[in-house]
Amino acid sequence: MIDLKNLTIEKAHESLVRGDFTCKELSEAYLKVISEKNKEINAYLEIYDDVISQAENAQKKFTDGTATILTGIPFAIKDNILIEGRIASAGSKILENYKASYDATVIKDLKKVGAVFLGRTNMDEFAMGSSTQTSAFGVTRNPIDTSRVPGGSSGGSAAALAGDMALAALGTETCGSVREPSAFCGLVGLKPTYGAVSREGIIAMGNSLDQVSPFGKCVRDTEIIFNLLSRYDKEDSTSVSEDLRRGYLRKNEGLSFVKNKIGVPWHLFKEGVDAEVLENFKQSLEKFKKAGYEIIDIELPHAQYSLAAYYIIMPAEVSTNLSRFDGIRYGYSEKEVQNLKEVYMKSRAKGFGREARRRILLGTYVLSHGYYDAYYNKALKVREKIREEVVDAFKNVDFILTPTVPITAFKLGEKLDDPVAMYLCDIFSAPANLAGVPSIALPSGISSIGLPFSIQFMAPHFQENTLFEVGKKFEEIR
Amino acid sequence: MDIKDVEKLAELAKIELSEDEKKGILKDMDGILEYVKVIEKVEVPDIEPEYKIKNVWREDKTETREFSKDIITEQFPDSQDGFLKVKKIL
Repeated sequence: MIDLKNLTIEKAHESLVRGDFTCKELSEAYLKVISEKNKEINAYLEIYDDVISQAENAQKKFTDGTATILTGIPFAIKDNILIEGRIASAGSKILENYKASYDATVIKDLKKVGAVFLGRTNMDEFAMGSSTQTSAFGVTRNPIDTSRVPGGSSGGSAAALAGDMALAALGTETCGSVREPSAFCGLVGLKPTYGAVSREGIIAMGNSLDQVSPFGKCVRDTEIIFNLLSRYDKEDSTSVSEDLRRGYLRKNEGLSFVKNKIGVPWHLFKEGVDAEVLENFKQSLEKFKKAGYEIIDIELPHAQYSLAAYYIIMPAEVSTNLSRFDGIRYGYSEKEVQNLKEVYMKSRAKGFGREARRRILLGTYVLSHGYYDAYYNKALKVREKIREEVVDAFKNVDFILTPTVPITAFKLGEKLDDPVAMYLCDIFSAPANLAGVPSIALPSGISSIGLPFSIQFMAPHFQENTLFEVGKKFEEIR
Repeated sequence: MDIKDVEKLAELAKIELSEDEKKGILKDMDGILEYVKVIEKVEVPDIEPEYKIKNVWREDKTETREFSKDIITEQFPDSQDGFLKVKKIL
């Protein structure tokens, strides 16, 4: 019996090297848990039929000496990341039968090192949501308390990892879609610097915000995955070149050598944060103080407008991105129609769920003549201001710390009828996505009713290494 | 925003909506716009967002791609002689 509960990527790798178990046995152990649990949790929409042969191929790398740390590691992959020949539905009826015709760059990189893909995981439709309840294929349940949501939009990946149905998982973030489910499921979630990880082969929601983001059971696991996936990719026009990456690193070398200054923008959470969450946050701060960190009050005056700016910029990008789903080349296409326009109107009506429609129409509105300047252009300016403030803050502190989410995992069915209440789950996520800086969510304790708490750090662009450092420190002192 | 605006947006976005759906969307939009309209009052200097822009176009020459043509064509909702078939446009 493999002790899946306490297994990490490093431990699994050492065992595979020693031969305690094989890649096949490891994958089989996860498949067994999946067969027992997935019916209830609905983390996976599909388990791939070639898991065992993938694992056997990975095993060959151990035999011929080409195995690396992710060889044979079983991954859960979010349903909006393309794997050639596999369905990628993005949780939407409109792509229910869509088969990817190529591999996403992150998939290519994982295939090269022999990672094993167990299956594709449930998500809010087109990654629009914070609870995995807007999927066209049913809700996902939180393995810690199955009456509650796992968070979203990458809730399937989070539930798979938290439920020992995978050893590692990929999600995507546009605004908190990995950090928020990490918080709800007691996991580590890293949102990389915008442009660090390739977006090629990811079904886009908001191009200026989207990043593939790893989940891990510990900080080291997300670090291992990030180190493999973070690279320049010429297939992604917003991928940051190696030159620019070096430039960012040089710029940060000029900053403090010892990374021990934590900035806390208290003014952002004077209200609206659950009392227990706030208490846990204060306790976490005390632990850092005791460990020798300096806690500094900072002001990010425009950050309070982050979520409002986000809910203008993102729908604008959504309305553009989702115009490609029109029933013509692939995906759901309504047959009972008279003319071309009806193909569009009816295919999109039946293919998109309510939240997707909301955001398409909202995006169409903020981009339309007469509102473009008041909403979209203004939001871009506010975004730029927020970016400046965040970058400036890092002249005085090494990190910015906030709670990850103002609340803990809520009950299934909650917030579905009130879009703004749902959006507020990501109020602390938005600044990092808008500014493009990396951010990591870390488990920080358990509530009185057994639900995970989480805190999140932000760091300057391309300073993921300092996030891993402070994250590992927190694992020692929490 | 009123029901006519929703109809106009649905027409622009090419999504057919039933009468009930229009009402639901109108209610949702009012709530969301109420939340985001704070942005109108935020005072920011009239600066253009400064992006570090650099040309990422590739040279204009043919390159092979790894797309699977078979997977692409087998997903056409309607086809004839290997071509994508669409409804009459004119």
